[in-house]
Amino acid sequence: MSVLEPTAQEPMPVPEPPRRTVGPRAWARENLFSGPANTAVSIVFGLLLAWVAYRVGRFVLVDARWEIIERNLENLLVFRYPRDELWRLWGALFVLAAGFGLAAGIGSRGAAHATALTALRRAAPMLVLVGVLLAFAGSLQATLLVAGVTATAVLARLAGTRLALRGRIAPVIGLASLLAAYLLVAHFGGVGWRDWGGFHLTIFLAVGGIVLSFPLGVLLALGRRSRLPAVRWVCIAYIELIRGVPLITILFMGAFMLGFFLPEGVDTPSAVTRALVAITIFTSAYVAEIVRGGLQSVPRGQVEAAQALGLSTLKTTRLIVLPQALRAVIPATVGQFISLFKDTSLVFIVGLTELLGVAEAITKQPDFLAQGLLVETLLFAAFVYWAGSYWMSRESQRLEQRLGVGER
Amino acid sequence: MSASTAAATRRPPPWRDVRVLRVALQALFLLAVVSLVLFLLDNLVFNLRRLGIETGFGFLDQPAGFAIPDSDFRSSQSVRAAIFQGARTTLVVALAGIALATVLGIVVGVARLSPNWLVRRTAALYVESFRNVPVLLIIIFLYLAVFLRLPPIGRAVEWVDVFVLSNRGLVVPSLAGTGSTGPFLAVVVVGLAAAVATWIWRTRRFDATGQPHHRVLWALGVVVAIVAVGFLATGRPYGLSLPERGDLGVAHGFRLGPEYAALLFGLVLYTASHIAEIVRGSILAVSRGQGEAADALGLSPFQRLRLVVLPQAFRIMIPPLANQYLNLTKNSSLGIAISVYEVTKVTRVSIAQGSPAPQAIAILMLVYLVISLSIAFVTNLVNRRLALP
Repeated sequence: MSVLEPTAQEPMPVPEPPRRTVGPRAWARENLFSGPANTAVSIVFGLLLAWVAYRVGRFVLVDARWEIIERNLENLLVFRYPRDELWRLWGALFVLAAGFGLAAGIGSRGAAHATALTALRRAAPMLVLVGVLLAFAGSLQATLLVAGVTATAVLARLAGTRLALRGRIAPVIGLASLLAAYLLVAHFGGVGWRDWGGFHLTIFLAVGGIVLSFPLGVLLALGRRSRLPAVRWVCIAYIELIRGVPLITILFMGAFMLGFFLPEGVDTPSAVTRALVAITIFTSAYVAEIVRGGLQSVPRGQVEAAQALGLSTLKTTRLIVLPQALRAVIPATVGQFISLFKDTSLVFIVGLTELLGVAEAITKQPDFLAQGLLVETLLFAAFVYWAGSYWMSRESQRLEQRLGVGER
Repeated sequence: MSASTAAATRRPPPWRDVRVLRVALQALFLLAVVSLVLFLLDNLVFNLRRLGIETGFGFLDQPAGFAIPDSDFRSSQSVRAAIFQGARTTLVVALAGIALATVLGIVVGVARLSPNWLVRRTAALYVESFRNVPVLLIIIFLYLAVFLRLPPIGRAVEWVDVFVLSNRGLVVPSLAGTGSTGPFLAVVVVGLAAAVATWIWRTRRFDATGQPHHRVLWALGVVVAIVAVGFLATGRPYGLSLPERGDLGVAHGFRLGPEYAALLFGLVLYTASHIAEIVRGSILAVSRGQGEAADALGLSPFQRLRLVVLPQAFRIMIPPLANQYLNLTKNSSLGIAISVYEVTKVTRVSIAQGSPAPQAIAILMLVYLVISLSIAFVTNLVNRRLALP
């Protein structure tokens, strides 16, 4: 032991492995043409890819008639929201940029400092999406406003890293900005969600669904792990029942049955409300399973230590178990949010006009009727969904790595 | 003994006794849940009565009032029969989708780890583009923008009677019974039994002597030989029904309608992109030493994958794979958007035809629950068999 001690204290400098400097030719030989079979595969795939790229590129750049998107961009994004009140949506974007920028800044304290290049790469899908939208909009005003929103987000993030705010305030700021944005858009002379549509409705259903189902999911998860058999079995029954059926059946239930369940004299709520209720019922079961995973990941010793300190069951859960569990489930919750973001397209089937619904509806305008423009509109919708969920899935992977390595 | 009696004498008052509290809490909780359910049910029955809608399940025996395209179902048959027909379609689509998505997913997942850069990037491109788009959008796109845009029947794509592809769907040759098929089917069963016996024999011999078993070749040879002889001996009971294109449609053969094709391929393309990620992750999770040991033993890259890496990766793969199978089955309900008459569409149409919505939707959910639970049961069995003891 004593012989080894000096080396243990002063570790030998480990020589760096030799840097592999590979020229393009050597790289190609290794990765593409390492043998006859590999060469053949490379040639076949190369031709195939070139053909696909040519066809797609030709369609997107030459053949496609993007006029339908240009003229309907506002419809696709906000549908029937009154054009006089659009400033509310821009205002909401500013509020959200400030709130989430601040929250992200607070949350990212202690993380490795990001260079401008990595920041750009991280935001790439979003930048592409915004760029495409602005190209379709072709308006200076929109470009300036987007620049303003971006600047607000960046400044708020910088402020978040500098200001002496406590870490646990970040989710509060995020939620508060959501609430403020909602109030600005829907109240004080705005338009309620009954008349929302387009991408605006897509985002509202996804965000509203996850925000409403999260507390319900936490309660269900706690109930599923309860020591009281009656509570446990009711929660298990609810979770497994909901997870066993497709979302569309629950949307049907909302659309056709919700009115039946209400007492006499209560008006049947609007289609958007019914869809939101159905989405919340559905998502809460999945959130419950995610949170259960988080609860199981909290070491037993934590609970035992809390009990040793004399904390009550309620306090143990609230102060010791939940904070650790909820921290661990953030990435999985983002994953659930992504799948909800995609699943909101199903409300199209029960007659709501969210992004997919508008993409379908605008091909029936008199100017564009029966011209086969569905390919263009559906591709546009697919691109918007793709950019959003690709960006979020990469962010959640990053978050997962950071939380996994972080101070635990 | 004395300690316990002492404890019993010093029992706390009931409002501080944990055992009493637990029972009381549960009773209170159950009371709340039950009264909520009763309240909703009461409203439901009241509202149904108020609107003059039946409250029972008698509608199941009423005539459906709608026909199901591409099937023998007539509108005079009962709602119950329609739901069974729809559930069958759901099952067929789900099973076919699961089989195809698994194959495609494994191929793409392995391709994502290929040493060839181009293959790797192509697979990644496929996965990242399909995984991040709503499956409903993929299905609608395939239906409206691909399958319905195929050339009309007059200009159908044909290839020497083997397939006819048009906007009416894909027609491929099928088997049609021409005579008594019973004896031949018996011969097929005998052939399969003989193949299994051969397989076991070759495996035993391999275990005993170590000589190459070639059991796949042997078993295939045995079954093909027996079936071929039986086919001729029983008087060729099956004929090939080749598609014949006419002016208005295609006669003979098996037709996969455009809406079924769109649903199936949409589900497969979407689910396979998820399965590919699971496969990739599971292969990466198999420890590196296993692959290196296989290399050291002189196995070929394919043998290494087939005999060493994949069997271990399968064990890791099963639970998330089962999840994807369930998702695919549930997503098959999206056929409703493009008029595939699976169980959701059938239920929707029967509600439009006057079936009471609450009961019909309850039955719909029950059908999905049964299918989901069956799939979960089977995958649990497989998981238990593959799990390490």
